[in-house]
Amino acid sequence: MTAGPAVEIEGLSFRYGGRHWVLRDVDLSIDRLDFASVIGPNGGGKTTLLKLLLGLLEPDRGSIKVLGTSPERARPRVGYLPQHATIDASFPIRVLDVVLMGRLAPSRPLVRFGRDDRRVACAMLERVGLGGFERRSLAELSGGQRQRVLLARALAADPELLLLDEPAAGLDIKVEQDFFQLLGELNRTKTVLLVSHDLGFVSAFVKTVVCVHGGVDVHPTSELDGTMIRDLYGGDVRLVHHDHSLGSH
Amino acid sequence: MEFLHALAQYDFLQHALVAGLLAGVASGIIGSYVVVRRIATISGAIAHFVLAGLGAARWLQVVHGQQWAQPLLGAVAAALVAAAIIGLVSLRAGEREDTVIGALWAIGMAVGILFIARTPGYNEDLMSYLFGNVLLVGAEDLWLMVLLDLLVVGCCVTLYPQLQAVCFDEEFARIRGLRIEATYLLLLSLVALTVVLLVSIVGIVLVIALLTLPAAVAGRFTSTLAGMMVLASLLSMVFTSAGLAVSYGPDLPAGATTIVLAGLAYIGVIGFAALRRRLGRRS
Repeated sequence: MTAGPAVEIEGLSFRYGGRHWVLRDVDLSIDRLDFASVIGPNGGGKTTLLKLLLGLLEPDRGSIKVLGTSPERARPRVGYLPQHATIDASFPIRVLDVVLMGRLAPSRPLVRFGRDDRRVACAMLERVGLGGFERRSLAELSGGQRQRVLLARALAADPELLLLDEPAAGLDIKVEQDFFQLLGELNRTKTVLLVSHDLGFVSAFVKTVVCVHGGVDVHPTSELDGTMIRDLYGGDVRLVHHDHSLGSH
Repeated sequence: MEFLHALAQYDFLQHALVAGLLAGVASGIIGSYVVVRRIATISGAIAHFVLAGLGAARWLQVVHGQQWAQPLLGAVAAALVAAAIIGLVSLRAGEREDTVIGALWAIGMAVGILFIARTPGYNEDLMSYLFGNVLLVGAEDLWLMVLLDLLVVGCCVTLYPQLQAVCFDEEFARIRGLRIEATYLLLLSLVALTVVLLVSIVGIVLVIALLTLPAAVAGRFTSTLAGMMVLASLLSMVFTSAGLAVSYGPDLPAGATTIVLAGLAYIGVIGFAALRRRLGRRS
């Protein structure tokens, strides 16, 4: 593992094809082994920020470093969980085959998955609590299980940084809590950065909150209060405090 | 029975049967990709653009005596051109994709009809291109079909993990370092070749049905893409053979009969599933 922050953004500005700026003069630094939640209103630039970190979009101004290098070069060391709406749940595929996709790499132009790949994929399923699901069809899983399969896929390349786009959208509270606890465990060895439009998602595991609304503010979770949220969402938002207490249900 | 007697007797029927089986293999495999990647409309545009190639080749042959200009070659060229145009447009996304699809669809038909209008034998050609005439498939066509089949199957088997990854989640595949553009263009090219194979069986207008219906039926019974492909291929072979057999006695068009059979199977499967869901809810 190289030294330096996991994510380092300086003077970043981005807009889609000459329209208004989605992100403007953004400076952001996320430390290694941080657990950061990117929040902000819809259209505020959260997903755009994530796509920039993945190198799917190019900044108009400024620089981005991911794991000490360019976003594109960092990709093999980054695990990505897309918004679940982008996945076709009726696609005829087995759980194991989904996870194996995480083993794809640029150095393997003609892909043949071998025994090692399968072993890692099974271990990752075990890691997310889906041991024995290898041969199940993706279509027959629940929303929460499907998210875990996609998380296992993201983990299959043993990434240093996990980027997650709205990982809890559509999950019920209990499933969401379990999922977060899993992320908390993974955070012991990996930097976690997730995007959420739901403030309820600022759970006990989150260490840093990144507010995106054109610009970017960073707050440790301890500072999170009503004023800050009013500024961010431009109106009174009732603050619901919920502790994700572990194992006390 | 009458069909089996005739089959033993006539070369053209045997050719037709073999052509249907060969087309079935490719249509099941590529049709599965078409269904899961949701590119049925794109396949339809490629199919209709093929008329331009068929018409131009036929015109060169008949009017200018260019014997090398086999209609099937013209079809292959036109299909690949259409696939390349649509592929590049949808990857670059500069233009609205569905507009381009619609434009290619109609322009291909128009160009084809102009060529055919300038070629003696207008009506017979046009009808067999549009609705297929499997009974006209000759021995040399069969060899070309074998070649196309081998190409399609070979690509799909060797590149299965890539193609599957790109169809399932293109963005993730890109992040894992796959060459998305190349893979997508290759997939569209394979669709184009398969469309050409199918045009001689069911014709331009009915190609989409034979690409999508067997795969759609198969998709309801399998949990893997590979399983879907095998089952769809078998179903497609059954449909083309049955279409030929059923149409022979009453002298119906074989292509249309094939599609009606496939359509009935699809509707039957959907209806059965809906019925079972309703009964399941009640109990």
